[in-house]
This record gives sequence, structure tokens and C-alpha cells, in this order.
Amino acid sequence: MHIVVCIKQVPGTTKVQINPETNTLVRDGVEAIINPFDENALEAALVLKETSGAKVTVLSMGPPQAEVALREALSRGADDAVLLCDRAFAGSDTWATSYAIAQGIKALDKVDVVLCGKQAIDGDTAQVGPGVAEFLGWPVITYVRKMEVDADKVRIERTFEDGFEKMESPLPVVLTTVKEMNVPRMASLKGRMRAKKAEIKVLTAEAAKADPAEIGLKGSPTRVVKIFTPPKKTSGIRLDGTEPLLAARELVEKLKSQKVI
Amino acid sequence: MSLEISSEKCTGCGLCIKACPFGSLALEMRDKVGKPHSKFKRIVMVDVSCNLCGACVPTCKFEAMKLDKGEPVVGPVNIGDYKGIWVYAEQRDGVIQDVSFELTAKGRELAAQRGTELTAVLLGHNVKDKAAQLFGYGADKVLVVDHPMLAGFDSDAYADVFAKLVKKYKPEAVIAGGTSIGRTFIPRVAIRVKTGLTADCTGLDIDEKDKILLQTRPAFGGNIMATIICPNHRPQMATVRHKVFKKGTPDVSRQGQIIEEVMDVTAGRSKVVEVIREMSNEINVAEADIIVSGGRGLGGPEKFALLHDLAKELGAAVGASRGAVDSGWISSFHQVGQTGKTVCPKLYIACGISGAIQHLVGMNSSQTIVAINKDPNAPIFDVADYGIVGDLNEVVPVLTKVLREG
Repeated sequence: MHIVVCIKQVPGTTKVQINPETNTLVRDGVEAIINPFDENALEAALVLKETSGAKVTVLSMGPPQAEVALREALSRGADDAVLLCDRAFAGSDTWATSYAIAQGIKALDKVDVVLCGKQAIDGDTAQVGPGVAEFLGWPVITYVRKMEVDADKVRIERTFEDGFEKMESPLPVVLTTVKEMNVPRMASLKGRMRAKKAEIKVLTAEAAKADPAEIGLKGSPTRVVKIFTPPKKTSGIRLDGTEPLLAARELVEKLKSQKVI
Repeated sequence: MSLEISSEKCTGCGLCIKACPFGSLALEMRDKVGKPHSKFKRIVMVDVSCNLCGACVPTCKFEAMKLDKGEPVVGPVNIGDYKGIWVYAEQRDGVIQDVSFELTAKGRELAAQRGTELTAVLLGHNVKDKAAQLFGYGADKVLVVDHPMLAGFDSDAYADVFAKLVKKYKPEAVIAGGTSIGRTFIPRVAIRVKTGLTADCTGLDIDEKDKILLQTRPAFGGNIMATIICPNHRPQMATVRHKVFKKGTPDVSRQGQIIEEVMDVTAGRSKVVEVIREMSNEINVAEADIIVSGGRGLGGPEKFALLHDLAKELGAAVGASRGAVDSGWISSFHQVGQTGKTVCPKLYIACGISGAIQHLVGMNSSQTIVAINKDPNAPIFDVADYGIVGDLNEVVPVLTKVLREG
């Protein structure tokens, strides 16, 4: 059984500040982490490794610095790490990213299950998991909260807005995981020592046999044309909370007079 | 296609670095051009994460930056062949979802701006009699594929049927709900027909000059908004979350045409074994008229009891910010925000929620917003109609008491 976990390195805090004078982003002191939903995917794979002896490969696409995220995954117990890294991938939207990752997966030894977090916290698109499945020609089950893998099929629970469905799928398959699935482990000291020395395989666009016309900005159907700060609402009414009773009474009165309650 | 930075003109002032939403720019030490080994200076270098958005270019006071977008990429299709706007009408258990009525109403505006037709696409089984509901919200036509294999959600079958319809009818734009169904098969359709898809748009508009769809969404965690286009591929595809647009009042006298598309449908590879519908004990936040919501400022899971008391008094649902959910204080069913549910209640009471933009995008269309927070500078106050600066441990119980006493 060979499991590939796709991970993305994202800024550790989404609490990015805007400098009110220049109207620009302040990014100082932002640390890079593994996308939290991908940590659940990794944990699910590591549990399978322990219970059924599966081999776990972590794969990321990004700049050379993304190696840090891969080493973190290795230190938690992943066997191999692959970094899709090439200037030619720059500017890829979800279409081109899905293609590149699928090409990366095709370059590996026979894969049975691909696990991804349901979405990345910086882009929040949730499009790359299903996109990779489409390029691989495999079935995909999204928002998985429980999973059991047999020799030839996977049994899962898939969450919806108002409940869940128990499903079965043949292998190979792409699954995207939700947070409820598990609690990600911490790396052991031994794992950290091993990860430090481990070799990270770097795949260029050429090595992944990616068509230059399908990757990067050239392979991306979408374009960002404008970036702006969202407009602020005109300021509301402030009530002084040092006297909670007075503030509460005033609030209730106002809400009632506005017929809100 | 590249961002060129003139090493001669760049002074290393770093203004552009602050403007870059993607962190693609950094200062590096470089030889002065033409004078190796003599003098060094710091200049700005761009890395692979640059997506040529151009936000940096106007910040440069020395005209050192130039964005070369190169030759326009020619898409795989003839754009002129694609006409009309489509909305995917999502049904669950035979019931057309509210998000689809909202998108139909929005689609009506876009179709009017483009001077074209609006078609709703309905996939399901025994759903033909539901199709006419979509006319009242603005659909000119409803394209129905009625097949037993489409009764429940089957990702393979839905992707297959929808992609075939797109290839046959060639719409210029497709809008779908950003639901757990839409977000699963719509990306597969976009890959298959080779076009762009913008997730979770909060604004859709038609560019007057180029007649293309302007898709605006929160980017980079949402502190900034990005407008995205799909210039050379068709259809232009977007998903939108529930309650982002208003469905309005349907015009019941409005008529339209139902087109039944007969198709062979193959069952997908993944099978549903059992369906379990479970609502959490509290009212579903996505549908509630009043929401009392808690964030990391609560300090611990036990403090949600204060919110439950207040919610009970108001007949409200209990919501939570991502911070509270990530801390494990409450299940993610309650999460409001970019990665949770988008809500639009009559009254939203945010307790101990600082107001990270991801939270704000999920609730700032609420009719009335009340914020209770210790920090007078918390961004939540920027969107609040009524703000109480104070300790929620004191304010919330008192508020409950005042309401109880009427």
C-alpha cells in the first residue's frame, strides 16, 4: 500500500495586518507551517502506516523553502518526501497546480491512495484535491472524517452540511480530509533526527514530464486583475461596558426599538 | 510574462516588498551592474511565488519595476461561440437549495447586463416538477437531466453529465453554490473542459468594456480582496457560498421554458452505502435568524454555557469563530466564516471574537451586528452596529438577565 499525502506550506498566521498609512500588507514575523487540514491527512496516513504497514510519501509543490514543511512531515513519520519545485510552476492557479501535482504523483511508484486536506487556509479554494483526481482519472471523495482501507477498497464517512454518508470506493482514490478526522501527532525527537538527515527528492517540471504549456501562468486560465482592501462599514454606536447593566439595558432597548428582537 | 526589476534603478527601499500580497519579493545583495567586485548594493528580487498581480508596480517611486504580461494567451476555444449564463440548481433529496435561488437572482442581473439568457441546470431524479420554481427568481430556461443515477450526489456521474452539457450548449459563464456538493464536482468539470474556476466569490459583475465576468473573492486569508478574470477560456466559472447574494421575492407570474435533456448516465465508482442526516442540537447557524457567536476571547469551552443561556433567551443558534473551533471548544458544525458557514441573520452577536477578516466575510452581511469585546481596537467593532467594550464574562450574563426580565 502506497499513500501519498499532498501538503502545502502556508503562512502560520492568517492574522495579516494592513498598514493603515500605506494600505499595504504587513507580513513581518509570519512563520510558515503545514496547512492545518493537510496535517489531518498526514495523520490519517501515518495511522495506516502503523496498522497496515503502508508506505507514506509526502509531496508538496512550492519554492525551495517548502522543504521545511516536508521535513516536518518526515519527522512525524512519513517515509519519503518529494518537492515539486521549478520556476516554471510560478503563477499557477488551481488548474495548473492540479495538473502539476498529478504529474508529480504519476512520477512516483504505484500509488493507491492520495490524501489532501479539504482546503488550504491561505487560498481556501478546496479545488486542488478534486482537480488532482480528475487529472489522474481517479474517483474522489471529499470532506472525509473517517477512513478504513482494505486491499482493494476504502470505506469512508463523508460529511455534508447536515450529516454524513457512509461510502465505499475502489482503489486508487483521492480523499480530502476534514479536521474532525483525527488529532495530528507531534514529531518525536528520533523522528526529528531522522528528518534532518533525510534526502528530499526534488522534481522539476521536466522530471515530472509536465507540459510547459500547461503549467505556471501560461497554463492558468485565471488572472488576478485587481487587489484592494475591503471597504469598512461606517462606525456603529459604542456602549460603555464598564457598567454592564447599563450597557445591556441600552442595547436591548435599541434592538427593540429597531425591531431587531 | 514576467516582472522585471531594473537593478540599475532599484534603490532597495523595500516599498514594493510591503505591497506584495504573496510575499514574493525580498531584498538581496547584488553586484552593481557593470562593476563587479567594486561596490555592492541591496536590490529587490522576485521569487517563484509571484503571480504577476502587479500590486507592487505603482508603489515603486523609481520606476524600476515593469510588468511584462507578454502576448495574450489564446485559449483552446473560440470565445464567441459561448453564449448565455448558467446557474447550477442544486437539489438535495429533491429540494432545490436556497443558494441556487440566490444565484438565479444574481444570474438574472448578470444576464441583463450581458443582454443574454439565464439558464438554470437541474440534475436529479423526479425533479422535473420542481424546475418551474426557478423561473420566479429569474431563469429564462431550465435544463433538466432527470435520471435515477442522479437522485443522490454521485461525484463521477454529476461531473460527467455537467461537463457534457457544457460542451454541448457552450455557456459563457457558470455559477454554482460553494456547497460540499458544488465544491466537489464543479472543480472536476472545470478541469475537464479546461477552464478557470474561482472559488467562493463574494462579488460578481460584468466588465463594461470587455464584457467578461469580474469575480471578486477574499484572498490571502481575506484581508485583501482580489478580482479575478478568466480571459481566454470558456465558460467563466465561479462558486458562491450560501447567503452571499439575496434571493429576493420570486415573481410567480414569470414564465420560462423547460428543456429536458435525455442522456445515458453511468454510475460512479464510489458508492453510497448509508445516508445519515444529523442536525446538531442547536438550530443550524446557516438558517438561523439570530446567532450568538463566541471566539477565542471566551477563554475556554465551559464559557460557551454563557452563550447558550443568551441564545436560549433569544431563540438563537450558537455560532463560533475558527479560533474557538480550532481550540476544540465547540464542533465545527457551528463555525462561521470563510472556512465555516456564511450566515446572514437578522441579528449577530459576536462575543470575544476579535474579527479576523475570515470571520467577517462569513457574517458581515448580517442585518444588525453586536460586538462584545475587551479590546477596544478589535476589528470586529469596525463592522458592528452596536459595540460594547467590556468583559464578556460580565456583559453576557447581564444581557441574558435583562432579556429574561423583559
